Amino acid sequence: MNAEASASNKQKREKREKPSLWKTISIVFDSRVATVGVVMVSFWLVIAGVSLFWTPYDPNSSDFIQNLSPNATNWLGTDHMGRDLLSRLMQGTQVILLKTRLPGGDHSIPGGVAIWGVLGSLILGAILGLNAGYRRGWTDQIIMQVLDALIAFPQIVLYLVVIAALGQGDLVVILAITITGAPGVARLARSLALDIQTRDYIRAAETRAESVWFIMFREILPNARGPLLVDAMLRVGYAIFMIGTLGFLGIGLPPPDPDWGSMVNEARKYIFVNQLAVIWPALSIATLVIGLNLFADGLREELMRYQK
Amino acid sequence: MAEPTRRKSEDIPVLDIENLAVAYKVRGGEVEAVQNITLDIKKGESHGIVGESGCGKSTCAWAIINFLGANGYVKRGSIKFQGKNLVGKKGEELRRLRGDQIAMVYQDPMQSLNPSMLLGDQLKEVLTVHQGMSNSQAEKDCIRMLEKVQMPDAANVMRRFPHQISGGQQQRVVIAMALLNNPALLLMDEPTTALDVTVEAAVLDLIADLRKEFNTAIMYITHDLGVVARVSTKVGVMYAGEMVERATVEELFKSPQHPYTQGLMRCVPKLGTDRSSSILYPIPGRVPPPDGRPAGCVFWPRCDYVRKRCREERPKLRSIAGTETWVRCHFSEDIDMGSWEPPEDLVVPGTVPKKEVDETILEVKGLKKYYRVRGNSLKDVFGMGEKQYVKAVEHASFKVPRGKTLGIVGESGCGKSTLVKTIIGLEHATDGEARFLGFDITNSISARDRKLIQELQMVFQNPDSTMNPSYTVGQQIARPLKRFNVMPKEKITDEVLRLLRSMRLGEKYYDRLPRQLSGGEKQRVGIARALASHPDLILCDEPVSALDVSVQAAIINLLLEIQEEFGTTLIFISHDLSVTRFFSEYVCVMYLGQIMELGPAEEIYAPPYHPYTEALLSAVPIPDPTAKQKRVRLQGVVPSAIAPPSGCRLNTRCPRREMLPDPDICLTDPPWREVHPGHHIYCHIPLDELRKIDPVVSIKEVNHAG
Repeated sequence: MNAEASASNKQKREKREKPSLWKTISIVFDSRVATVGVVMVSFWLVIAGVSLFWTPYDPNSSDFIQNLSPNATNWLGTDHMGRDLLSRLMQGTQVILLKTRLPGGDHSIPGGVAIWGVLGSLILGAILGLNAGYRRGWTDQIIMQVLDALIAFPQIVLYLVVIAALGQGDLVVILAITITGAPGVARLARSLALDIQTRDYIRAAETRAESVWFIMFREILPNARGPLLVDAMLRVGYAIFMIGTLGFLGIGLPPPDPDWGSMVNEARKYIFVNQLAVIWPALSIATLVIGLNLFADGLREELMRYQK
Repeated sequence: MAEPTRRKSEDIPVLDIENLAVAYKVRGGEVEAVQNITLDIKKGESHGIVGESGCGKSTCAWAIINFLGANGYVKRGSIKFQGKNLVGKKGEELRRLRGDQIAMVYQDPMQSLNPSMLLGDQLKEVLTVHQGMSNSQAEKDCIRMLEKVQMPDAANVMRRFPHQISGGQQQRVVIAMALLNNPALLLMDEPTTALDVTVEAAVLDLIADLRKEFNTAIMYITHDLGVVARVSTKVGVMYAGEMVERATVEELFKSPQHPYTQGLMRCVPKLGTDRSSSILYPIPGRVPPPDGRPAGCVFWPRCDYVRKRCREERPKLRSIAGTETWVRCHFSEDIDMGSWEPPEDLVVPGTVPKKEVDETILEVKGLKKYYRVRGNSLKDVFGMGEKQYVKAVEHASFKVPRGKTLGIVGESGCGKSTLVKTIIGLEHATDGEARFLGFDITNSISARDRKLIQELQMVFQNPDSTMNPSYTVGQQIARPLKRFNVMPKEKITDEVLRLLRSMRLGEKYYDRLPRQLSGGEKQRVGIARALASHPDLILCDEPVSALDVSVQAAIINLLLEIQEEFGTTLIFISHDLSVTRFFSEYVCVMYLGQIMELGPAEEIYAPPYHPYTEALLSAVPIPDPTAKQKRVRLQGVVPSAIAPPSGCRLNTRCPRREMLPDPDICLTDPPWREVHPGHHIYCHIPLDELRKIDPVVSIKEVNHAG
């Protein structure tokens, strides 16, 4: 074989890759449930994208009369400080989905708090779960007992402890999501690893004396990918919920930038004057979470079908 | 007037299928899984259906009991059961019929029995529900039936759960359950495939006895030509959803008419043949999927006799003049199996004896592997109970010369896989010595030198799990090359392509993912991966047992070729004695962790036998109904490996124990009796006595391949 032939091989390879990628995407649209989910999630992604460049008014300035009901100027009304609800709602998507503010400055990194939080729990959970599932024995026992203890601890208290220790901030919320999400991911990763490590190709890797980390991350993880990704999708939904809960308790993302949870919390005090100020952010949280859940459910269904 | 009518009703076949076609609705259309099936089964007849996987055998049986699932239906044709058409029957009527008149036995007995119900309750239910029998009467009948299927201690078995009896006994219970209502038709779908060879032999004996006793019509589905030769009176050969040949069992094996049947006969090794005396000819290509069947004859792309008419016109199932044989081939009269020549492009391994090299590559002495098991008592929880061990391998000793093949045979649980795992280092040895190329290999793999690991590789059994589904064929074969730095990085791709070519896969497989490959192709990739690091010794753990026979032959040939080309030493584990005999120079017979007999292959398969070897050989189903085979059956079940019998582990089941004046001597360790240098038998019975035993199998010399 000469260089020319191997080059033509590479070409062939690239040709084959493209349709397979399109196929993977098109799986989503085979399922009606997943399609509805995708539409709902994309709606919020678009809103988040738009809000980066344009909102009807400045979300943080009190330009209007307080507690207005929806009208031609303020489509969704205003809150107790006379800020435009639509603008605030739009910008509220950013911290969840698009950017994370770094402490002590105006810098921010792409990727929302919910996304980073889930990614964190995915990484931590996968490392712990794969170790437990592949090594088994004592390692498994210790890891799983510690994680079980963590699950048994009330989550809100756990948040309070973390926040009390580290103070408020986007990164702290990410850390909180990571720590509370990791045990669930680890359990899933462990059960997948327990199954996959019985396969012959793992024996084949062992007879090549591959390192434990190679086997866990190169041989097992790619085959556990599907279920883990679907689970992560669901977890983004939970994380948004959590951010909402934290915001509601007043220990979530720091002001002044709006996030849905603290919007509900602030508006709650005036609920008898202006119900809509509570309902809009609550509805937003609900639609985004439901959208993600539908997407994940549909995807899981289709992936299972294709596996058979 | 009355007389002839009654005679006529006697003549009505129990099952009469005509032109049956079964289709499954799938995404974007439907697929005809089975087409144009015609067969009839009379009372007391046992009709075998044989064919490779995916040929529609099971679909055929499911169609009879309308068990096709939500998306399957009978598209054409009729299924007449005792003269009544079954097609289109639904609900209660069909349910009654399935319970009363037609019974089915499936492959896996554990899945046919409810694990949370007592066996007795499951058996009695058949009678109390379908016949409205009283509980006590049903109990009596069930016990009687269990005794008929030769279940030891029948009354006791009624009060046990399925997991408390062995696999062979479970299948007996399932058969007993099927026979309880005295059905007119018994459908058996691979009932012995999941069982060990000696258990299989006992179940097959049972089926033959029951057929005579109950006069039931049996439809017996199997992929194994040997089994079909043993149990059936008539055989239908299925290929790609069609019945290609139907004949009496004697005719079929004496003069197979269809090229596919002939091909099948050529690709299974007969017991007692080896590679120096015969060659296996695989059938080229593979079974087409139901939605990709060719126009014309379904077999033409793989047929050696293909002519123009075959490609254009689908042959009809027609009767051959003067025989009971039906065949679906235009030219079967012109085809003479005796004058068959292998096609020129078919490469078969040479039969030249290999150069004698007197170098021992692997030497194992007194190797032991125990697994610690935890008990269930409170003491055990605190680690204070008595330590218990599964004695998986006990005192294994053998040598493997370079470039030769050692076959290890034995039934499941005999420790053959553990032995191989210990050698390769997936387990570390409990005790004993093992030297490979002069280096100690009793440690586990992480403690070994990388150069040593490279020289020892393995081929696995299950083609579906031998490859990582996430990586392409090329990546997986390249991995050992990278791992062991066999060659510079830029040459790896070329080497992988070279390996693919020598596996007869071709370069286009480089970028394929495992799910795009067939079982045989996956196995080839598995072999290529094992071969990539140029190992001296390859351990093959049942590499062909999950494959169809036509593919099996190709893989065996491939392994032989590799051995010839690279001088690789092989250890070949198998439960199939014919394949092992064909493949190996040396054979080691294991039972419950002990090596029973060890020696050159041709001597193992001829007297003097170890009593266990004798029992194994007499259990092998031979694809030749005229072959005479002694009936030696082991009694009872395999004892637990936690507390194996002392001395010779076979002593609880040994059929030859009475040959000894003092049978109690079997409770002590037997001596290694040397028949010839290199042939050892582990038995108390003196060699002279063992020599008197007749050969187990006598086959009439008919050599089809010429």
